[in-house]
Amino acid sequence: MTEVAQNVKWIGENWKKEEVLHGKVFTFSDRPQARYAWDTGEAIGRYLAGFKQGKILGVRCRGCQRIMVPPRIFCELCFRDISEWVTLKETGRIRTFSVCYVTWDMKRIRKPQIPAVIEIDGASEGMGILHLVEAPRGDKPWERLRAGTRVQAVWKPKGLRRGAVTDIRFWRVLTGNANAGH
Amino acid sequence: MTRVAIVGLGFVPAQRKTPQYSYREMTYRAARQAYEDAGISPKEVDCFITCAEDLHEGTSIFDEYTPDQLGAVHKPMHTVTHDGLVGLACAWMAIESGAAELVVIEAHSKASNILTLDDLTTYAMDPALTRPFSLSPHFVAGLEMNAFLTQSENTEEACAAAVVLNRLRAGKNPAAAYGGETTVAQVLRSKPLSAPLKEAEKSPTADGAVVAVVASQERARRLKGRPIWIEGISWISDSPSLESREWGQAFYAQEAAAGAFRMAQITDPLREVDLFEVDDTYAYKELQHLEAIGLYERGKAGRAVLDAAQGPKDFPVNLSGGCLGRGDLLEAKGLYQIVELVLQLRGEAGKRQRACARRGFALSWRGVPTTSGAAAVLSKN
Repeated sequence: MTEVAQNVKWIGENWKKEEVLHGKVFTFSDRPQARYAWDTGEAIGRYLAGFKQGKILGVRCRGCQRIMVPPRIFCELCFRDISEWVTLKETGRIRTFSVCYVTWDMKRIRKPQIPAVIEIDGASEGMGILHLVEAPRGDKPWERLRAGTRVQAVWKPKGLRRGAVTDIRFWRVLTGNANAGH
Repeated sequence: MTRVAIVGLGFVPAQRKTPQYSYREMTYRAARQAYEDAGISPKEVDCFITCAEDLHEGTSIFDEYTPDQLGAVHKPMHTVTHDGLVGLACAWMAIESGAAELVVIEAHSKASNILTLDDLTTYAMDPALTRPFSLSPHFVAGLEMNAFLTQSENTEEACAAAVVLNRLRAGKNPAAAYGGETTVAQVLRSKPLSAPLKEAEKSPTADGAVVAVVASQERARRLKGRPIWIEGISWISDSPSLESREWGQAFYAQEAAAGAFRMAQITDPLREVDLFEVDDTYAYKELQHLEAIGLYERGKAGRAVLDAAQGPKDFPVNLSGGCLGRGDLLEAKGLYQIVELVLQLRGEAGKRQRACARRGFALSWRGVPTTSGAAAVLSKN
């Protein structure tokens, strides 16, 4: 039994890449076909249409009086309809951020991305959108960023906007306010 | 044991496409309607359950996206990756165990948003034994239909008649997406899908959402609505093996129905139950399920369906139009059956109202390639 166990690879062992590629083990390759065309619905549909026009739209709940972004046609806390739309400013404050050195598929990148939650001016406290912040110039740029740093949206040229969150290229730190905290 | 009742119901009519709202907005509409129907606020609810599959939603860990539209923020909430009738069973268990008095269940379909539904269903097949053949998932239904017709001596004409009948009945159901007239000859002439199964015998998909409020007897008494009682509920899975499953017979349906009837103390379903909603995702499934639940002897369901399709006959099966007439609503299939039973038992089924409906039965099936089904008996008294 010991001899067999030494010579046979069992499921659960780590196979070498060459053993898989050279057909030493059974493999089955497949390319996933998982395609969707999600309905945005009213709230996100109007929100994205606003991006195309260079506007950030929010909504106000008449129950809790929160001004919310991204918008929704019902309040998840009051559980009531919302129909009042407001145009918000294109400035805000960083609530939290991270300096990300890997892409979605775990490839290392030299120039990091800076995902951040940005509280939008005009919306209620704690209401923000997730986006990217432009790295400030210089070494260790994140050292210039803080929770509370003020930023402004940098839009794509009008002709290149397509009604997507990426119609804002990124958020740029407002000069003179970079280190302003809460 | 306490008695458990459905005390509130909300739903969006099944539609071929629903570009006017997102799944959140669609579910919110059904939830608002259900809470108004029950006379409750979601803040009073002890536990929320959603029935959903990540691959159908196109979002991993979809259960994280379910609280907002149900008013379930800061509340116990979980997702069951199964048909809505199993969600109803989970609600029933939560109440029977004493963990909850008031439970909300939800299931929805945004099938129109899935561009590659057949490919996704193929992922339900075994990767080593079945997927290498690159077959459409409907081949499983073709294999089963062939075995069923051979063993039971039902006919292809009888299967086609189920399409005719259910689409006709769906015409009287404002919540159905595929009502209309067709003939047995037209169904038989439709293109083969995986012979003997034909294209017209497969339920087309639809979008929709159902929310139900379920309560203990004690809690139901304090609410304004008329409770519809869950007298029996059961769910069964057979082996998933394509190689050695019980082809031709729906063992899961037989056992799930037997469990639900036993719990409801029903010994003669045909006499003691007034209407039946029985899964017909594929036309032959209606016949197979009717025989499996004991409503007809083997080989006799086809004759009954043919007779019903040819003229006015008392055939209280799939008065809603079933999946063939209403549409295949994925995980929401079972809860749409519950919608029909509740409306009928409340006397709110409009043009298709069955006189003196006191007790109804539902049997759902999870679709190919599964051998899983659930059954429920509901009563107005």
